[in-house]
Amino acid sequence: MATDVMATPVAATGGKIKSELMQQRVRAARWFLLPMLIALAVVAGWPLLRSIYFSFTDASLNNIDGAEWIGFGNYFRVQQLASGAVRYRGLLVDADWWNAVWNTLRFAATSVFFEAVLGMVVALVLNAEFKGRGIVRAAILIPWAIPTIVSAKMWSWMLNDQFGILNDLGMRLGLLSQKVAWTATAETAMQAVLVVDIWKTTPFMALLILAGLQMVPKDIYEAAEIDGVHPIKQFFRITLPLVRPALMVAIIFRLLDALRIFDLIYVLTPNSSATKTMSVLARENLFDFDKFAYGSAMSTLLFLIIAILTIVYIWLGKVRFDGGDR
Amino acid sequence: MASIELRNIRKAFGAVEVIKGVDLEVRKGEFMVFVGPSGCGKSTLLRLISGLEDITSGEMLFDGKVVNALAPSKRGIAMVFQSYALYPHMTVYENMAFGLTLEKGHSKDEIQQRVERAADMLQIRQYLDRLPKQLSGGQRQRVAIGRAITRDPKVFLFDEPLSNLDAALRVATRIEIAKLHESMDHVTMIYVTHDQVEAMTLADRICVLRDGLVEQVGTPMELYEHPNSVFVAGFIGSPKMNFISGEKAAAFNAETVGIRGEHITIVPDNGTWSGTVIHTENLGADSYVYLEMGTEEPVVVRLDGANDYKSGDVVHIAPMEDKIHRFDGAGKPIR
Amino acid sequence: MGATFDLWKITKTTLFYALVVVIVVVSVFPFYYAILTSFKQGTDIFRITYWPVSFSLENYQSVLSQGSFPRNLLNSIFVASVTVILALFLAVTAAFALSRVRFRGRGFLLMVILGVSMFPQIAVLSGLFELIRALNIYNTPWALIFSYTIFTLPFTVWVLTTFMRDLPIEIEEAAIVDGASPWVIITKVFMPLMWPALVTTGLLAFIGAWNEFLFALTFTSSNDTRTVPVAIALLSGGSQYEIPWGIIMAASVIVTVPLVALVLIFQRKIVSGLTAGGVKG
Repeated sequence: MATDVMATPVAATGGKIKSELMQQRVRAARWFLLPMLIALAVVAGWPLLRSIYFSFTDASLNNIDGAEWIGFGNYFRVQQLASGAVRYRGLLVDADWWNAVWNTLRFAATSVFFEAVLGMVVALVLNAEFKGRGIVRAAILIPWAIPTIVSAKMWSWMLNDQFGILNDLGMRLGLLSQKVAWTATAETAMQAVLVVDIWKTTPFMALLILAGLQMVPKDIYEAAEIDGVHPIKQFFRITLPLVRPALMVAIIFRLLDALRIFDLIYVLTPNSSATKTMSVLARENLFDFDKFAYGSAMSTLLFLIIAILTIVYIWLGKVRFDGGDR
Repeated sequence: MASIELRNIRKAFGAVEVIKGVDLEVRKGEFMVFVGPSGCGKSTLLRLISGLEDITSGEMLFDGKVVNALAPSKRGIAMVFQSYALYPHMTVYENMAFGLTLEKGHSKDEIQQRVERAADMLQIRQYLDRLPKQLSGGQRQRVAIGRAITRDPKVFLFDEPLSNLDAALRVATRIEIAKLHESMDHVTMIYVTHDQVEAMTLADRICVLRDGLVEQVGTPMELYEHPNSVFVAGFIGSPKMNFISGEKAAAFNAETVGIRGEHITIVPDNGTWSGTVIHTENLGADSYVYLEMGTEEPVVVRLDGANDYKSGDVVHIAPMEDKIHRFDGAGKPIR
Repeated sequence: MGATFDLWKITKTTLFYALVVVIVVVSVFPFYYAILTSFKQGTDIFRITYWPVSFSLENYQSVLSQGSFPRNLLNSIFVASVTVILALFLAVTAAFALSRVRFRGRGFLLMVILGVSMFPQIAVLSGLFELIRALNIYNTPWALIFSYTIFTLPFTVWVLTTFMRDLPIEIEEAAIVDGASPWVIITKVFMPLMWPALVTTGLLAFIGAWNEFLFALTFTSSNDTRTVPVAIALLSGGSQYEIPWGIIMAASVIVTVPLVALVLIFQRKIVSGLTAGGVKG
């Protein structure tokens, strides 16, 4: 992946002769990178380390500075009750947490799967030449441009149990026998969240896949046409393998986004344990329940889970982000 | 005015060595052309001289001083790139003045004078206010040359400057560059091309490169008349030199003999060789006859004026004895 | 034979256009419906209609006159603009270094930057909270500008790096021969060539900052310092059980229309900016 490391002839050959030009450029590069690196260290690096640190302390919202080290207590500890019974406590045995992990993974996998499939369909449509293609492309940009909070509100209005247009539409078309409280019912809450998320982010997926599709040379299809390859076979034998790299990158971008989902669920289905994700639960503990340290432990674990999933994905999928060297 | 000396110059990109030990001297005020097939390292060599690329080992001297590590802008060079590399957002004037404005100690008037003088030399004065995108390819190339002239360099570097132009313009600009060299005879020029015609017509001396090594250096006529190898013999001259090996070459005590198309005459009978005409090309002033006679490639005979040979005709030919090049098994000439 | 072929062709075309219509309707309908609702008055809102039946600006008047919504709009504009300007400022030079200079560890650095841009924000939330309180900027726009850098900066660096990589190398070399330093190359040669890229990247980062919710919710605590997404999320009516849908939809439309307009105007640029994030085959 780090393709550039080997393409550094000047540094790699040891460079007995280091020219003024290269020295000047490398020196300039250092100064150019420094402000950005400092900024990232301050806003990302340091807070990450502190968050991890807090997860090993007894910090509370009102007593952050006086936090004391308690080791792995927030993650796992054994408690001996007065009666002599032994209880296991901590995040690793917290049913709410594992429910949130399950919700997050379920949400991420389902939403990204549908987004990839639908995104591919939309991309194929946009890749075809037809009248009004510009309008379609403009139209699919709209869900993408709408802020998540706003789309959550729009949909929660459309999904409203009493006055929602979707219930009305469902009843008129005979799809529903009675009005459904989509966001409030445990069984349908996750579906509601998924629908909104898929609606909002399929365009992003479609555009990334489209970019991949447009790099496939047209004459390949013409050749396949002449050879009489069936369109469906064309798709699986030619199109899919060729857009695979673009697709894999698009999927990982979306997957990482889906794994940290917060705002949509916070607004669309507040307080529903059927949709509560890791991020929602962690923030709730941090700021609403005054369990600052416990919430930090959650966020640390979330970070670990996402990091591991990402590495596994990149490793298995052999994803390449970099367009190469210039 | 500068002489340039390369001593055992090597350049590697990672593990791949592109320039494999080049020794070369470019004299003051000389027009030197680097020529060779693609991938021979000619452009890399030019970039090493410009300082845009670092030398891996060896020594590079300008006027006797080592410049291995010197920045390009301090070498007194100017470069004309294949893609013109004009700054798209600057007018022609700004393009040409850019280098001078970056150097300290040039007054506005001086800069203007120098830009206008260069513009006059190339007849681009009327375009000074235009943007590059408003110019044709040929005009852009002139601006690129003008930008180089404005800097008043000691060494002028051209990296395949004509390859983006169409054929007619290429000839016109080639003449332009030749004239430029005459009017700036104190300036050393190094010119990279893959086109041997450009090399023959422009160069004081040609340096033929092959696989990162110098194959031969000499004046165009030296290379034409005394090629140092089969490679040079085949590369210089058009049509390509005919090579004949096997028994026919053995008769001349050589592994391979080379003879140019213009040095073969068609004789009524009793020629040295004979062959069957497979194709003829009439160019008006001269014409080519392609003969099949058991060689790897057909033998080309160049005749003055038109000819009326037809495919299938059997003709006898005789090479001019003193124009025959004999080569040994290693491709080196036997003298 | 010819007839059946035509029939098949017609069916195919019809199905294709049906798919196109479905895509367009599904994409646009929620926004259309929000606009429709926002122009309804009083109890009209609770009558479900598919077409506009009445037209009233009541909701817009109330969202803009009462409460802190106008203030929230200004906050959002201020925060997003400053964030983007800061990020672009830091990113241009960094992108030059990453795309144009070869040095050891460049690939690693690019991966780190990409990693940070895809960071789960929640993972830094408690650390950031401590830092923001320590810097004494809690509940100010600066808290948001500070924290938004975590995603705008890596994003702008990444996109500008891919853009800059595509600038022709010979132009830079011509500038080097002309004696331009890296700083001069950036400011005098590359920046003028990169305006489209800067606008696109800036716009995308702006949208990101404009839409951000988690940090805005966490690092501001009063009506006057909130940004629009938080304000909309927390909009409530007179009583706890009465959700002011009309006002929420009016607010939503106000926030969204400028974005949709910008996105449609810069459509092509945005698509190229989005896909510059790594897809090169």
